[in-house]
Amino acid sequence: MSRVKLFALQALVAVVAIAIWWIGSSVKIGGVLLLPPFFFSTPADVFSRVLRMVASGAVWPHLGVTLTETALAFVIGAAGGILFGFWFARKPMVAAVFDPYLKMVNALPRVVLAPIFMLWLGLGIWSKVALGVTLVFFIVFFNVYQGVKEVSPVVLANARLMGMNDRQLFRHVYWPSALSWMFSSLHTSVGFALVGAVVGEYLGSSAGLGYLIHQAEGVFDIAGVFAGMFVLAVFVLIIDWGVTALENRLLVWRPQAPTGHD
Amino acid sequence: MEFADATPAAEERTAIRLDGVRIAFGQKGQPAYEAVDATSVSVDESEFVSIVGPTGCGKSTLLNAVAGLLKPAAGRVEIFGRPLAGLCREAGYLFQQDAVMPWKTALDNVALGLEIAGRPRAEALDEARLWLARVGLARFAERYPHQLSGGQRKRVGLAQVLIRHPKILLMDEPFGPLDAQTRQIMGNLLLDLWAADRKAVLFVTHDLEEAIALSDRVLIMSAGPKARIIGDHTIDLARPRDAAEIRLDPRFHELHRAIWSELRAEVVKTYGEDAA
Ligand SMILES: Nc1ncnc2c1ncn2[C@@H]1O[C@H](COP(=O)(O)OP(=O)(O)O)[C@@H](O)[C@H]1O
Ligand SMILES: [Mg+2]
Repeated sequence: MSRVKLFALQALVAVVAIAIWWIGSSVKIGGVLLLPPFFFSTPADVFSRVLRMVASGAVWPHLGVTLTETALAFVIGAAGGILFGFWFARKPMVAAVFDPYLKMVNALPRVVLAPIFMLWLGLGIWSKVALGVTLVFFIVFFNVYQGVKEVSPVVLANARLMGMNDRQLFRHVYWPSALSWMFSSLHTSVGFALVGAVVGEYLGSSAGLGYLIHQAEGVFDIAGVFAGMFVLAVFVLIIDWGVTALENRLLVWRPQAPTGHD
Repeated sequence: MEFADATPAAEERTAIRLDGVRIAFGQKGQPAYEAVDATSVSVDESEFVSIVGPTGCGKSTLLNAVAGLLKPAAGRVEIFGRPLAGLCREAGYLFQQDAVMPWKTALDNVALGLEIAGRPRAEALDEARLWLARVGLARFAERYPHQLSGGQRKRVGLAQVLIRHPKILLMDEPFGPLDAQTRQIMGNLLLDLWAADRKAVLFVTHDLEEAIALSDRVLIMSAGPKARIIGDHTIDLARPRDAAEIRLDPRFHELHRAIWSELRAEVVKTYGEDAA
């Protein structure tokens, strides 16, 4: 499919969805509105709200807070995941001892941790960062662990016969392999860092996109809720594009999976 | 290229010596599988020796023992007269499967052996370019392994091994997955490179013609379990050889007939077992 045609179809989906929303919320069918504006707002209201948020500059500080929390959660969670992933993969004994506890903590729905983090770290950004870290850490940890474990034994034997010492094996074999696994889950882990930040803000804070949405909900300002969600969605899309670009740069050595694009 | 023989007289002329080697694989809840037993092999310096045998008889296992990747349950492995302890540092090993690093370009893969030995990167890269040219891949230096064909990947592997100038070359069905024409081209390439500084080569293949065309000696390995060397044929064809044309030589046919009559029985044995 050509790029232009794909884009046209993608735009068509948006147009149809907005049209249905607009008709449902402003044209009476059989005497009733199918999507009453009190519950669903209207496309025009939401759009003008978004414009006002952006034009007045009110949204930028909140975006900045959410972005900071997301970045911190990702960096800290990934660093921890890489460190522990390597450690556990190289020390099977340690991995065996901690295995049940890791599984236990990972099975825990993280939302229940949010109030605890707020108690410990206050209502500022760090309680949100902590929530994101608990999500990012496990994804990166499991991938790095797998990446180290799954190094092809033949490649490893070849490297050792070449005369590599432990440090060189790490640099030329384990690290690239672990990194490739980590990057293959980059979309998920960055996404979870954002989820941690927004959910944390939603549950208690004074800044951020999650806070904006929560505020609007508190006063039944549906246009505000939708406007907040829209900004969040655009924000996610932009981050996702960035991750894809980074991935393409860092994983050039990997065979490209065939895609529908181009 | 001149090859000055600088080895002191006292040093062994035998590069590889296996003596009564037994290799067993432990299996959970079952008696260990004795893949190789009572196997003795010796390869002299500058000698090209091939091992042929039915698939699954233990050829790779034997090479792994020479490389020090596997420890024999009994018997001795000596490299240049010294008992092998740990990995064999003198050996370059071209594995049956792809063993180049998928995350490095062809050039970086070839330079790697020098880099880890402490050579400055620029120097290592220059020499790697030279070796890539020697194996006919000068234009593919910046490609990653997945962007190369199977035969090209094997050539990267060959350059990666040869750039370290190992005294012993272990090759495990290196041309196995390639088509017949490419195999012959690779065979000639190998003969050329080997003629430049004759290393001791232990070459494993299931292709008897290839073994005869390349080697000074062809060893026959029996079907497993407890595989042994059951035949040792000297190939008295003149060198330099052309891996393709030598197959038309009448002497080639004589040798082929003699060795095949012995090998056949072993191949049939393996088939019989698999069919049963
Ligand atoms: N790690 C292993 N564990 C158990 N059996 C093995 C292992 N590696 C090889 N074998 C067995 O040893 C025999 C010889 O294998 P191999 O040396 O790979 O044969 P080939 O001659 O085809 O290279 C085969 O029967 C194989 O199943
Ligand atoms: Mg094999």
